[in-house]
Amino acid sequence: MTSWVPTPCRVVERTVETHDCVTLTLRPVTGSLPAFRPGQFAMLYAHGVGEIPISVSGIPADGTLVHTVRAVGAVSRALHDAAPGTVIGVRGPFGTAWRLDGVEDLLVVAGGIGLAPLRPVLGHPSRRTVLVAGARTPEDLLYAGDLLALSDVDVVLTVDRGGHDWHGRVGFVTEPLASIPLDPERTTALLCGPEPMMRFCARTLLGRGVPAGNIQVSLERSMQCGIGLCGHCQLGPLLVCRDGPVTGYPEAEPLLLAKEL
Amino acid sequence: MTIGSDLEVVDMDVVLDLRGLDALIRVLAQDGRVVVGPVLRDDAITLAELGSADDLPGGWGVETGPGHYRVRRREDEAVFGHSAGPQSWKRFLHPPRRALLSSDGTGFHAAPESPVSYAFFGVRPCDLAAITKLRQVVGGPAPFVVAAQCTEPGEVCFCSSMGCGPGAGSGYDIALTERVDGDGHRFLATSGTEEGAAVLTRVPSRPAARHDVELADRDVAAAAGRMGRSMPEVDLRDLLAANRDSAHWEAVAERCLTCGNCTMVCPTCFCVSVEDRTDLDGNAERAQRWASCFEIDFSYLHGGAVRTSGASRYRQWMTHKLGTWHDQFGTSGCVGCGRCIAWCPAGIDITEEAAALARTGGGRP
Repeated sequence: MTSWVPTPCRVVERTVETHDCVTLTLRPVTGSLPAFRPGQFAMLYAHGVGEIPISVSGIPADGTLVHTVRAVGAVSRALHDAAPGTVIGVRGPFGTAWRLDGVEDLLVVAGGIGLAPLRPVLGHPSRRTVLVAGARTPEDLLYAGDLLALSDVDVVLTVDRGGHDWHGRVGFVTEPLASIPLDPERTTALLCGPEPMMRFCARTLLGRGVPAGNIQVSLERSMQCGIGLCGHCQLGPLLVCRDGPVTGYPEAEPLLLAKEL
Repeated sequence: MTIGSDLEVVDMDVVLDLRGLDALIRVLAQDGRVVVGPVLRDDAITLAELGSADDLPGGWGVETGPGHYRVRRREDEAVFGHSAGPQSWKRFLHPPRRALLSSDGTGFHAAPESPVSYAFFGVRPCDLAAITKLRQVVGGPAPFVVAAQCTEPGEVCFCSSMGCGPGAGSGYDIALTERVDGDGHRFLATSGTEEGAAVLTRVPSRPAARHDVELADRDVAAAAGRMGRSMPEVDLRDLLAANRDSAHWEAVAERCLTCGNCTMVCPTCFCVSVEDRTDLDGNAERAQRWASCFEIDFSYLHGGAVRTSGASRYRQWMTHKLGTWHDQFGTSGCVGCGRCIAWCPAGIDITEEAAALARTGGGRP
């Protein structure tokens, strides 16, 4: 049963990101958590409400753990509302990480809250990074101020619906993907967002000559254990908690194309 | 087993009569084990703690078919003369509900574990294979297993074509083969482990003769030829992988009630959901309970369920059982016990559905 028991962590900082997203910085009440890698996730437990998988959105060197949570259901709402001082249960790290060894040209494509698991890979000085991030409206853009301040990242932001004070791009993330300069053979693309978004982005990139093996996606399924025991996260042959969430596109594509898999 | 004349004593194997069988149950219990075996209850052969051999369903057999299960009186007093019932050993190795932890809002405490030392008595070979497959996923301490080789397959049985019976494979401590004939009611007992051999020395028995072993082998071999059903002779993993988009799933969905009975009676289906319970003092308890991939909420992701149609849910169950279990655990998830056929209220037969997929050649409609 020990693998089911969370480590109590205190919310030490709560940053409001958008109207429904917050970023929580968590510190173990005692001891420490194992090291997380970008792309992995933790099971976060809100007392008496439940536990959900949330990707790590920041890995500070001071032993804290950063998660960005969007309030969509009972548990994510409880986590979203957790004030500094609240104790949250953390289990993890679970799942696969973004594969970044030897990557020189990194293309990061995010839709909505899908930017959260990608934030830890941004701003690495040893590689050129282009970020294409989309959201429904300007108010839904995550980390927007921080992103534009990143010196080593070319940032392209786009929204589905702009407002009268939005002077940036309006349209799907696939549109800038079709035109941004890239060296297809040298590009590694990391995609995270709604499944149709990832499929269309991958199609666009394949069309531009990016090899399928250079494309990684982060998959999402219902998860109740994180340790391959509950069965909920099956996607065809995969147990997403164990074999994902980060998956190579050649493996993921047929699974994403099948209806109701 | 050594080769010799009919009367030559065979190494290790012994023959027990009913008195010896009773002694075996008592010896296992004396050692502190909870001995669980088949009993007749509510017109079905279920599993419960045994006090003596009198608790076994002597003289009761079963009659099974798609959506059909009835106990019937046998002409003899055989105690293992029945095929798989509605329960399996899953309920002991992976209980329907299990507390995981408690939380007072600031700290977490693992639920106290009270490990039970089980002796499973009369485990049919299909279920012996199921115990191995289930423990591969959920872990836990190994039970002491007294297998009962199958000489009485039922109408919905197909363990032979899954390679899981009717002879007992690995994983038993003692294997029994029951025989009732003019020479009496007796059990050939073979030990599979040193622990099993040690237990057998403590019960009254006579050495097995070559004739006893031959009869047992013959009875088990004959059972292989009397399986009520079989899987199509194709690679089932490939068959399911090739049929993801088959129109046949819709045809099954027209009959399937998505009730989840098949997953509950399946001896290997292991899925669970986790539930939170809170009390008025602010304490919370987390517990897992059996879940079914036929529940619409099973695949719930923010915004809705991934698998809403019955076709997709039946496809998930059957594909996992026969196909993707290989990807996840290196083996099939099916042992051919036939429970899902007998306990399906619509009589859906996994062997027939597999055959239908094989007939359509795995192609798209």
